[in-house]
Amino acid sequence: MSTLTATGLRTGVLPRWGLAGAAAGAVAVTVALFALTPFQGTVDFIVVAAVLMVAAVSVTSWAVEGRRRAKDRLATSAALCFLALTLTPLVFVIGYTVKEGIKRFNGNFLTHSMAGVGPISSGGGVYHAIIGTLEQVLVASAIAVPLGLLVSIYVTEYAGGMLATSIRFLIDVMTGIPSIVAGLFVLAFWVLALGQGFSGFAGGLALAILELPIVVRSAEEMIKLVPASLREASYALGVAKWKTIVRIVLPTAASGITTGIMLAIARVIGETAPVLLVVGNNDFIHTNPFNGPQSSLPLFVFEGAGSSSAFDVQRAWAAALTLVLIVVVLYVAARVLTRRNALNGR
Amino acid sequence: MSSVATGTDASSLRSASSKRRGDATFKGVTLAAGALVFVVLGAIAVFLVVKAVPALQADKSSFWTTQIWDPDGTAHFGIAALAFGTLLTSFLALAMAVPVALGVSLYVTQYAPRRLATLLGYATDMLAAVPSVVYGLWGVFFLLPHMIGTQVFLARYLGWIPLFADKNNQVSSYSKSVFGASVVLAIMILPIIAAISREIFRQVDPAQREAALALGATRWEMIRTAVLPPSWPGVTSAVMLGLGRALGETIAVALVIGNVYKIDWHTLIPGGHTIAANIANRFGEAGATGRSALIASGLVLFVITLAVNLVARYVIYRAGAEERSAL
Repeated sequence: MSTLTATGLRTGVLPRWGLAGAAAGAVAVTVALFALTPFQGTVDFIVVAAVLMVAAVSVTSWAVEGRRRAKDRLATSAALCFLALTLTPLVFVIGYTVKEGIKRFNGNFLTHSMAGVGPISSGGGVYHAIIGTLEQVLVASAIAVPLGLLVSIYVTEYAGGMLATSIRFLIDVMTGIPSIVAGLFVLAFWVLALGQGFSGFAGGLALAILELPIVVRSAEEMIKLVPASLREASYALGVAKWKTIVRIVLPTAASGITTGIMLAIARVIGETAPVLLVVGNNDFIHTNPFNGPQSSLPLFVFEGAGSSSAFDVQRAWAAALTLVLIVVVLYVAARVLTRRNALNGR
Repeated sequence: MSSVATGTDASSLRSASSKRRGDATFKGVTLAAGALVFVVLGAIAVFLVVKAVPALQADKSSFWTTQIWDPDGTAHFGIAALAFGTLLTSFLALAMAVPVALGVSLYVTQYAPRRLATLLGYATDMLAAVPSVVYGLWGVFFLLPHMIGTQVFLARYLGWIPLFADKNNQVSSYSKSVFGASVVLAIMILPIIAAISREIFRQVDPAQREAALALGATRWEMIRTAVLPPSWPGVTSAVMLGLGRALGETIAVALVIGNVYKIDWHTLIPGGHTIAANIANRFGEAGATGRSALIASGLVLFVITLAVNLVARYVIYRAGAEERSAL
């Protein structure tokens, strides 16, 4: 196909085997380099080989096809390398978490708390942390979801002009608030100024601040997708605007909004910083979120990661695996939901 | 008919007025929710200021120029080293993440077949979905031990740059350093920058791209002439949003940074600290003044990230693009 382009007609074209040859040559040079010089290590080998390959392909292409084609090849191979660079950490983060986490991850770990388990004992589990996390996220969602829906309804259905733009703008700015600042705010406001003390509810408040803008943004996009003809049909039948929104617009957008909420929950469930500041910490099962310190999964991981006990670190990995699994399940469920709706819509 | 009409008229009038009342109430409720956004943002600023003041009054040295952090003991503390570390780690992370993120999003939008592109999109989104505490744990136990070779390499061949100089032969052993924190940060902000710039590259008019190709441009020339120029405002704001995320990232950095309160350009040696990480690491032991001091530092962080985000969003809004992507 490339032979038909103008450049291809005037200049030489590098055949497939030419590219493969250049790449193979680069690998051969790398092997020689690692055999003859102090270079060593698998990662180093891959990096050096990749750099040499890009160079070899570009230089060969320059010699045969000219400068423009060579640049194009260079850009293509650079983009591929960057892609590999992006996917590598993903594989290593997930892979290593599974490898380390699976050692302690079992039914016993999920159903027991840390009550009476010291840092030098290998037992214990995350039951209390799972309860804490679920309750805190529930509190956060109970606040952020209805509020977020109302804001998105106001922005899409009612407000026009400056007010809508400024609310949208602030919501966007709110997505950029660091989670630790949300935690500090709840600490300053709820724990210190109002003297409420550490509790799961305070953690829920902090998480709600982080969840709200995500819910608003996704719900807004979904409500915008509802066809105007549906609204107009409803108005034509004499239905009030608020009833149209509640009975026609929201149900139509419901599946998309649900997806957005699930993704928002997946985002905040792993937040550690706000929880660290306002939830306190607790080794025991504490089911009341409104009073007294609780634990949470991310907090459990953080405490374990900073501990000098190997058992704590093992537990931290297993808890991290639990957390990643929860996030992945939420994420995949949201995607499946989106896909199914896309198929239904066809 | 007229006798019937009076009846229906009355009821329809009533229903019309109740309809209007229902509408007004509903609109009021949603407006209140919208207004709450203003209130929350305002309250964050107000309460942080109120709770920061006691510490600022108790501070015996200058808050802006002091490098040490000892609010509960000698009451000498300041944000200089923390702010320096925050900026240094964030900009190093940007330097690493931006080229890669742009390369990936160009690959996904311009090179990859559609199915592969969707798959790669999921993969990068997954990278964004991993909780930051998991990155921290991974950084401490996997990345830092495996990075010693890279650090030695950098110190040996790029040591003439002060950033990578090996001071006192400390590079060849395991250490929590500014550089390690920057790498973790880079991995964390990469998917954010990639996701936004992906959306932005996608917005480019296909006719422009096809025109470039039809004129005989190679694919790279097409990207340079048709894709990149209209995308610059969007890419700029994507980078700034990544910067905002890097500045405020707490837990991952708290686990992999050296906890040293000193302004030092040497990124490979043990050391470094950031505002956010300091809050996470010192909160547990903090007394009343300590907490207030941490809130004061959080206020500074809030103002910095707010400014960065405001500029980023302003650039997007002025570009007139409706591309407020999902992140």
